[in-house]
Amino acid sequence: MKFPADLPKNLQPCIIGVGESVYTRRGGHTEKSEFELCLESIRNAAADAGISASQIDGYTSFGFERHEPVVVQAAITAPLLRYASMVWGAGGGGCCSSVMQAAMAVATGQCQFAVAYRSICQGQYERYGEFRARPSGGSYIAPYGLMSPGMMMALVYRRFMQESGATADHLAEVALTVRANAQKNPRAVMYGKPMTREDYFAGRMVADPFRLYDCCLETDGACAVIVTSAELAGKLNRQAVPILAAAQASGERWTSGPMGSHNMPLEDYATINSRQVADALYEQSGLGPQDIDVAQIYDAFTGLIPMALEDYGFCKRGDTVRFIESGALRPGGKLPINTSGGLLSEAYLHGLNLIIEGVRQMRGESVNQVANAKTCLVTSGGGGGHKSALILGR
Amino acid sequence: MAYLPAGMPTPQASQDDAAFWDGCNHKKLVIRHCNGCQRFFHPPAPACPRCASTKVDWKEVSGNGTVFTYTIGHHAVHSSLKGHKPYNVAIVLLDDADDVRLVSNVVDVEAHDMKIGMPVSIFWDEISEGVYLPRFKKNIAKEAA
Repeated sequence: MKFPADLPKNLQPCIIGVGESVYTRRGGHTEKSEFELCLESIRNAAADAGISASQIDGYTSFGFERHEPVVVQAAITAPLLRYASMVWGAGGGGCCSSVMQAAMAVATGQCQFAVAYRSICQGQYERYGEFRARPSGGSYIAPYGLMSPGMMMALVYRRFMQESGATADHLAEVALTVRANAQKNPRAVMYGKPMTREDYFAGRMVADPFRLYDCCLETDGACAVIVTSAELAGKLNRQAVPILAAAQASGERWTSGPMGSHNMPLEDYATINSRQVADALYEQSGLGPQDIDVAQIYDAFTGLIPMALEDYGFCKRGDTVRFIESGALRPGGKLPINTSGGLLSEAYLHGLNLIIEGVRQMRGESVNQVANAKTCLVTSGGGGGHKSALILGR
Repeated sequence: MAYLPAGMPTPQASQDDAAFWDGCNHKKLVIRHCNGCQRFFHPPAPACPRCASTKVDWKEVSGNGTVFTYTIGHHAVHSSLKGHKPYNVAIVLLDDADDVRLVSNVVDVEAHDMKIGMPVSIFWDEISEGVYLPRFKKNIAKEAA
């Protein structure tokens, strides 16, 4: 049986509610704690779904989420926790996995309303762009000054440039496209801050070839999505967004990839380790890359996007640069991406805000709505560990 | 003086990789080698990631390699790097250890001269008394050839 495609119709998982806190730059939330923002986003998601937050009985998260399910449960006065699971490892690569776990839990009847949530206030806790002590693998990288995800992915992208003919111009096109999308999104941290090509190239070099605007934001905020079965969603008034496919995978010998010792197979080096995720998604859903109307691609760095285009089958190596040059990623293009401004320009919630934008696209509620969009690909992760993704429908 | 300032994190050997770091401190580059499939792998682990054999050994290699890719760090990602000039981080593909790569630095090449494919050879950088990190220098003889 293919999950979720072959489930009985009443058990088909869907997203029924999405919620966010206000997103700010790092340090912008001084009145409210990260935990308070976490709860706020869950309450907002419940309200969007048309349920009481206390009806939530399943909890999933990923990355380095600090607020444990039992603590959240008490704060939303939910009488019973029936399912709780944290995706193991992979950082942002576990984001869509957390929704996949929620989907599996509701589809198997383990719980009725599962919330996938993520809260990150880099102003209240550690910065992601600098050294953080890690228990494993650190000895092979930290003594050499390889300490930030930006540098780790810059190494991979430099190699991709060598193999694909991509240049800084292609990074600029991605950065400008995503920033332009944020100009219509009042929730975006970069709303009201349009960027020109000159601005992009004037940005200071951070981790060559990545300049400042190739790197995602460091922000404060929280967001949440509520997953339930089609049967329960049918009793609510909110438009449910079906999860057509949900997959998690990692290729042979990838291990921690660029977040580790960089010893993934040579032929896979300049990728984001997502080809197996893509294969699973397309097999489950019976769809192919040609059927995807809009995509929210994990953009912790601009350079992840060209590699994602290849891993998810939109381009072959060698064609990718021309695809980007054609304006395909812009609104009205062949594959509009990151229509809320993404992690580069909306906020960095480790990818969960990309799923929320995917839901908006499927409900017809995006500020950069793709006309008649019926499918949205959402991807998670670029560097370390396994990867995951969803295809949402309507 | 070491390539990067004192105060940077130092290797913390574990039971799985003590021989690697001990080798470094004796200026020997020893890499995990599988006696099952006769291939090298890195980082050290108790089983071969290709054939699952637990008959794994250590073998000394030459320390010659090429730059597979590199970046230049401009941001002070650690407190010890505040005010430090931009530095390179290179992924060095070793010449004689299958596809094994080391994350390292090329200590004698300026940022604008870094190139993929540049031949390099091992340079034992003493970061504190008796503690050596495997870093690299441009291999001029090989580049000329």
